[in-house]
Amino acid sequence: MFSPIDFAILLLKIGVITLGFALPIGGLLTLYGDRKLSALIQNRVGPNRAKVFGIQSSLLSLPQFVADGIKMLFKEDAMPDNADRFWHFIAPALALLPAITLWAVIPFGDLYCTGTVQVKDYMDVCVGGEQKNYFSIANLDAGLLYVFAISSISVYGAALAGWSTNSKFALIGGLRSTAQMISYEVTMGLSLAGTMLIYGTLNLNEMAQQQGALLGGWLPAWGIVYQPVAFFLFFIAMMAETKRAPFDVPEGESEIVAGYFTEFSALKFGAIQLSEYVGTIFVGALVATIFFGGWQVPFLYGDGFHFGSGGVDIAVPYEGVVALRLVAFIAKTLFFVLLQFMLRWTLPRFRYDQIMNLGWKILLPISIANLVITAIIVLAF
Amino acid sequence: MNRAIADALAAAPERGVQEDVMVLNMGPSHPAMHGTVRMVLTLDGETVIKCDPEIGYLHRGFEKQCENATWSQVFPYTDRLNYCSPLLNNFGYALAVEKMLGIKATDRCNYIRTILGEMARLADHFTSLGAGALELGAMSAFLYAVEARDHIWDLVEEVTGARLTVSFARIGGLKEDLPDNFAERWEATEPRLWDVIKKLDQLSTKNRIFMDRMMNTGVIGADEAVSLGFTGPVLRSTGVAYDIRKDSPYFAYDRVDFEVPVGTNGDNFDRYLVRLEEMKQSISIIRQCLKGLPGGPLNVDDPHIMLPPKELVYNSIEGMINHFKLIFEGIQVPAGEVYSYTEAANGELGFYIVSNGTGKPYKLRVRPPCFYFMGGIDRMIEGGMLSDIIPTFDTINMIGGEVDR
Repeated sequence: MFSPIDFAILLLKIGVITLGFALPIGGLLTLYGDRKLSALIQNRVGPNRAKVFGIQSSLLSLPQFVADGIKMLFKEDAMPDNADRFWHFIAPALALLPAITLWAVIPFGDLYCTGTVQVKDYMDVCVGGEQKNYFSIANLDAGLLYVFAISSISVYGAALAGWSTNSKFALIGGLRSTAQMISYEVTMGLSLAGTMLIYGTLNLNEMAQQQGALLGGWLPAWGIVYQPVAFFLFFIAMMAETKRAPFDVPEGESEIVAGYFTEFSALKFGAIQLSEYVGTIFVGALVATIFFGGWQVPFLYGDGFHFGSGGVDIAVPYEGVVALRLVAFIAKTLFFVLLQFMLRWTLPRFRYDQIMNLGWKILLPISIANLVITAIIVLAF
Repeated sequence: MNRAIADALAAAPERGVQEDVMVLNMGPSHPAMHGTVRMVLTLDGETVIKCDPEIGYLHRGFEKQCENATWSQVFPYTDRLNYCSPLLNNFGYALAVEKMLGIKATDRCNYIRTILGEMARLADHFTSLGAGALELGAMSAFLYAVEARDHIWDLVEEVTGARLTVSFARIGGLKEDLPDNFAERWEATEPRLWDVIKKLDQLSTKNRIFMDRMMNTGVIGADEAVSLGFTGPVLRSTGVAYDIRKDSPYFAYDRVDFEVPVGTNGDNFDRYLVRLEEMKQSISIIRQCLKGLPGGPLNVDDPHIMLPPKELVYNSIEGMINHFKLIFEGIQVPAGEVYSYTEAANGELGFYIVSNGTGKPYKLRVRPPCFYFMGGIDRMIEGGMLSDIIPTFDTINMIGGEVDR
């Protein structure tokens, strides 16, 4: 049942999605996006000094990006004397691992149909062939639960990093991050409960499939149309989960130096930093999947574009459809990544107690109300 | 109010082992401590029970150094007092020595000092507001503010030849007149400053997160502020409209029309708003001064005070001797003592000088505005949260060069 070819494909998918997409984009955004794009917003030039092979042009600062990575590899790995050596060593891995593991359930495209595709009621139906899962590592039926479970684990990375270093600043940072992540997990789960009711599934790919429908023949039935409130709640909660601005109190550099990773250097620091950026991209991917149609391109179905005339208006070969969907998904993901970056460069950060107030006293009641109202509507219709 | 919480926490009956407070050493090497202050904090969770600020990490013996320099040689030292607005320190010191000598600067000199002083105030406020936003995490606002400060420094550079260590004032006048195209340059710069002020306003003033961070944090009452010797924007934010430019005018401040903005709550947000409004007033003052800039001589006409023109120094024996005496022996300031005070960007900058009738100060003592803030900062911080230290420390705009001297 599980042939060597399947296994090879699985390995290939893992390799391409984590090593080929999540980590490189994470790295690129860490070093390139955060420096060059922020420079664009802040009327600066940004770093442009690194040169390669005597080329005078700064080559869009790409050598800088490489140089930064190399620097991180070769820096001295300093560890405080009284640090708990074991946990100090493990903590960065515990931070990075969940961030990468999360990508297992993200569908980059629909199941690949080896037969012919027919479109029925805005759904692709595969006739005379089987559906191959080529575009996500695992097509889990409990996809969303998996996401919740793994993102809960990522608390440990920050908490242990804070505890293990025996630094007071790191301790405060670790405490803050633990409190914050646990608080916002509640909102995160509840805000998505409404969408679960509407889609009737936890499988992320099926969610994306359902979003191909058209409301009234013209409006794509994306999650945000059904659940606009949940989108905002979920986006905010996820941003708090990844500890990025304006929720970056665990690492508020002006108060507690660098928070829980104050005493990490070299690649350990890099791993923690990277885990945050990979998390940022994951937020983009998840929001795109649940609320913005995932890999769906509006009006595009298995055999081409349908503009509501009942038939195919512009025929597109199936391979073309797959490619377009892949591009659409990545574009949507990057859009939300950039949105988070813009927020980061614009907004000041919250205070610790204000984050707690926002989470427990504002977001949580709204998400419960949203859930109840959604449930009533789903029950009524 | 903060104080009451702190007292209550400190007086809490026997804490168990699990409830032990944490002593956190913040600084002197800490991103928020501006590099020069150490705070020993006693924390109960995130709440600051006790704050023990320790200054002196930037002490360089300014006051003692001055005793070994002639009156004119003190100017470069004053540049390094408040290094965000060196021109104001220059002028404050010049005014003190002039008071001692019993001379009055010319009209034109007073106007130019007012213009340049307000420019320095603008630069200082831009730095303060920008750094405040930066340390709260809004990095873009900081870079916009620094860009505006650079526009001002470009102008300062054109006038004085230096951006930071200007040493532009002279006893009885200035190093030189404004350049011919200064008014045009200012015309070109002013809209850009308005742009940035507007941008800061949009980014911060109505920003919910910014308001939450700033409002009701670092509160100090009017009575307490007065008794602690607070001055400047920090005092005005409590509602006390004390501004030396208005209450005891010097330079050309009695001939320009401006308002003294005051706050009501004495919290960080009010201090921010007071600074923002003061920048608008400063621009208005500069515009009025440029319009009414009188002609006439720049420096006082007194060979005992001003250096002779270079032609006389090189071509006549009297000029040569005059130059020699002024450089080597210094301006002869009559014996006596004087306290002179001006409104620097952060508050009252006072110079108390004692002369024994020679060319060097017998004693020079500076009353820096920030020193008094550091004396009362524990009252603003205690009872608040750890994160509140950041905006509080920013809005009082502590400058190490001034506090430690």
